[in-house]
Amino acid sequence: MKKFKVLGSGCRNCEITANVIAQAAKEAGVEIELEKVTDMARILGYGVMSTPGVVLDETVVHAGSVPAPDQVRAWVRG
Amino acid sequence: MFEHLANLVAFGLLGLGAESRVGAAVQFFVMDVTKIFALLILVIYVMGLLRAMLSPERVRAFVRGRPDWQARGLAVTLGAVTPFCSCSSVPLFIGFVEAGIPLGVTFSFLIASPMINEVAAVILVGILGWKLAALYVSAGLLVAWFGGMAMQVFRPERWVEDYVWKIRMGDAAAIEQDQTLLGRHRYAVGEVKAIVGRIWAWVLLGIGVGAIFHGFVPADWVTRHLGGNAWYTVPAAVLLGIPLYSNATGIIPVAEAMLGKGVAVGTTLALMMSVAALSLPEMLILRKVIRWQALGLFAAVLAIAFTLVGWAFNVIA
Repeated sequence: MKKFKVLGSGCRNCEITANVIAQAAKEAGVEIELEKVTDMARILGYGVMSTPGVVLDETVVHAGSVPAPDQVRAWVRG
Repeated sequence: MFEHLANLVAFGLLGLGAESRVGAAVQFFVMDVTKIFALLILVIYVMGLLRAMLSPERVRAFVRGRPDWQARGLAVTLGAVTPFCSCSSVPLFIGFVEAGIPLGVTFSFLIASPMINEVAAVILVGILGWKLAALYVSAGLLVAWFGGMAMQVFRPERWVEDYVWKIRMGDAAAIEQDQTLLGRHRYAVGEVKAIVGRIWAWVLLGIGVGAIFHGFVPADWVTRHLGGNAWYTVPAAVLLGIPLYSNATGIIPVAEAMLGKGVAVGTTLALMMSVAALSLPEMLILRKVIRWQALGLFAAVLAIAFTLVGWAFNVIA
């Protein structure tokens, strides 16, 4: 099962990002694990300064904006 | 073109008199809404296409380990060309501290970033002309440079929250970028949506305030009360700007209306900078990493700097 983490201190775009990922997984019928990371020490631990960031199986795949829908679909399926 | 359209809507379509207050306000509103949003979309799209937006991760890598004056020069320049959301200022602050970048340099970045950005600069040129745009940008760079230096004198390190020093940052993640034309186009469209989505309300509000000022405030009232060159108008403008907050782009139409009614240039610039750079929400966000003493000092340094800049421009003009 794929493990997603959304990095961000609870801003609106971080919420949107988490929802987009959950939605894409549901549409693809893929089960995923989704965690919201709000702790600054952990966010910076991934080397990310611009939120929201997305971590897929412990690799940072995105930072600084809400990811595009086709990008999210690729992560969920790929 | 925009003026023509605005005339058509206000005086033709709605049948308002060109001399009436409502007519003047509506004409101003329509002209600025069309002109500013057209410019906004164009500038952000072109910047996105060039992928000219620098991420804070790259800024950090650029600035770290440089001698003080170089680091400050880079921080101010990068602050001016990177639009970043104020919700990122906490991780940004911690990332800079962790990289060993002096706090004074970090403050220079934090001052420059909300006050100047290439989007606001282009719109300034479009609305107020290149001379005022150049004045605003150079004044902002000066304030960021010397404001950060002034902060350093007070040794602000002692007011940084303890947990900040303990955070260790991971290697900045290199994220793959789609460099094909289609990829760039998608990225640019995404940037337009994200940035316009973030600031459109501030811009509309600014245009609304500007339009009301333009239509309903008589010029002689302005000269009598916001009076020509009296010394106290500048600090008053700065104080007024502290509780008011808007995006740097949103304040431009307000400045346009003020200048049109004869408010002095320095006073207008002081208000613009105060509204864009000094804001309560931003301060509250920064409170997570630094104590009140440092925030108070930050606000005081900026208020003094804006006042000096305002006075200087009023004297020169």
